[in-house]
Amino acid sequence: MVSRTNVSTVIIGAGHAGLAMSYRLTERSIDHVVLERGEVGNSWRTERWDSLRLLTPNSHTRLPGMADSDADPDSFMTMPEVVQFIDDYAATIDAPVQTGTTVTSVTASDDGYAVATDRGVWQCTTLVLASGAANLATVPALAEEVPPSVAMVTPMTYRSPAQLADRGVLVVGSSATGVQLADEILRSGHPVTLSVGEHVRMPRIYRGRDIFWWLDAAGVLDEGHDEVDDLVRARHVPSPQLIGTPERRSIDLTTLGQLGVEIVGRLGSVRDGVALFSGGLANTCRLADLKLNRLLDRFDQWAIGAQIDQLDGPHRAEPTAVPADPPLASDLRRRGIETIVWATGYHPDYTWLQLPVLDRRGRIRHDGGVVQGTPGVYVLGGNLLRTRRSSYISGAAEDSRAIADHLHGFLSTGTRSARRRFAAPSCP
Amino acid sequence: MLREKEDIFYLTFQELADLPVGFFPDILTAATPGEAFPKKGTDMTITKQPVDNGVNSDALLSARTALTEAPEAAEFTWRSTCSWVHGTFSQSTVTGFSGLGQEHTHRVPYTFDADHPECFASEDRGAAPVEIVLAALGSCLTAGVAAVAQYRGIQLRSVTATVEGSMNILGILGADPDVRNGFSGVTVHFDIDADASPQEIEALVAQSQKRSAVFDLMTNPTKVVVNTSSH
Repeated sequence: MVSRTNVSTVIIGAGHAGLAMSYRLTERSIDHVVLERGEVGNSWRTERWDSLRLLTPNSHTRLPGMADSDADPDSFMTMPEVVQFIDDYAATIDAPVQTGTTVTSVTASDDGYAVATDRGVWQCTTLVLASGAANLATVPALAEEVPPSVAMVTPMTYRSPAQLADRGVLVVGSSATGVQLADEILRSGHPVTLSVGEHVRMPRIYRGRDIFWWLDAAGVLDEGHDEVDDLVRARHVPSPQLIGTPERRSIDLTTLGQLGVEIVGRLGSVRDGVALFSGGLANTCRLADLKLNRLLDRFDQWAIGAQIDQLDGPHRAEPTAVPADPPLASDLRRRGIETIVWATGYHPDYTWLQLPVLDRRGRIRHDGGVVQGTPGVYVLGGNLLRTRRSSYISGAAEDSRAIADHLHGFLSTGTRSARRRFAAPSCP
Repeated sequence: MLREKEDIFYLTFQELADLPVGFFPDILTAATPGEAFPKKGTDMTITKQPVDNGVNSDALLSARTALTEAPEAAEFTWRSTCSWVHGTFSQSTVTGFSGLGQEHTHRVPYTFDADHPECFASEDRGAAPVEIVLAALGSCLTAGVAAVAQYRGIQLRSVTATVEGSMNILGILGADPDVRNGFSGVTVHFDIDADASPQEIEALVAQSQKRSAVFDLMTNPTKVVVNTSSH
């Protein structure tokens, strides 16, 4: 006998986003349950490499309803610290979490949605998908051409350099993940080649302040999904080349090159055991330099208008030191490359979601988190879900508030047909 | 609602048929300055007079929107037919291509004469094929510069791209197995006179490379299948 429970709202996922949502619903006295396949903060707990720290400093890692923290505002949480942070948060807000409960399907039902799990069915009027934007590593199709002698790992399976074969490593991808792993693997003694496509260069510190202080203060993080010129593109901008370390150092292609990482162009194909790289590396780097300078111009202009004191003087980084003659081909066997790390992005897993809400690329169609076509369904997390801040933990604070407001209004409109009408306009 | 969409799409059909060959509508929207974190209206070049580089940005932008709605229409096939004439002299003709779900015909057929120069013991009745490749790269990047400039509100006065490909011919002669047949490197020099700062002009050229079909196919490997019929 399968148990059936009725509840106003089911939140799927007890990570930082699902818990923030739970806080917002409790605030509004909306009965709900948070279903979690593993433990609270499961992805942070089980799917991150050992050395990882958050990209955001503690000053920018906040959730709604938390007490003020005495943590150093300028340091970056390790993964055990993040797990503790989320555990503490779940306890503080007394979130109704059902751990060890894996959702197997979500279907439309008579008056809402049926969420089937390995521990019974929950029937709900409203549903919040907070299962994360990065459940699976994205690996390009050309991985199929990699010879079987080369081991392949993704950031989901990578833990530390100790698990890699002794010899050379090709890291594909130059977002935060790619540059951090290239740095760590090189420092552990492996020869490393880093394949670089479109990327976002950012210094850790600018004019004496953390880059997130600038992004926040100058309003960049508050730019909304309805303000950017090209939302699809903007949602696919790679994460910035940043690392959180105690010494607050910057990481970029120039410093990696100086350390001894071989910088090559975007991986185009693997043919007969030979990896072929784009000859367009110089332009890729130039674009990133130009974009960085425009961002710093914007910061400087903002700082003049805002009359911020005690800033160091404006300065510009040297253009990226692009190798004069980067290799266009690399014979994997001859170069001793025995491991490829695919740092080529992540995507959500919605295989259990039996609702007609995905576009042809498997992305949820939504307007600022209000899922289109299925009244009462919401999604949290992901780049520019609502604002640029949505990519980061603290984005869940404001996003959950806006979505809870919409959800509350939806529940308050009474009949199903009235709720349908409420669901039509976009999220405020 | 549906009707309106169809109308937009129909217009797009007409306008896209007149597009120059070799670049993709996406070139425009990706051209927004500071796209990593763009801010509307701040770092765009503000122009006093309307800019006219002869590029219909609005048509390209609406085409892009329409193609997102109907992705199958974005599948294009470009074609060229090459006929051997004599010696190393050949003539290629382009008459039409397919895309937007239908066949298209150029206003007139275009032909390209190709031969090898006299120092290769040929008659030099046309450009060398490798020179045609350089010409294609220059044209593609230049079209991109014009399109991006239009979108960014930059008036162009003159644009000249000088394209050079260096090659060690021991490769094509089969005389040295360590030398490749193709270019060992290609350089493009742009000389641009426009109402813009040097940095804006540099950004134009960088964005043009980013969305150039020919730049992509020269810098990245492409799978090429050659088959034969005989009679």
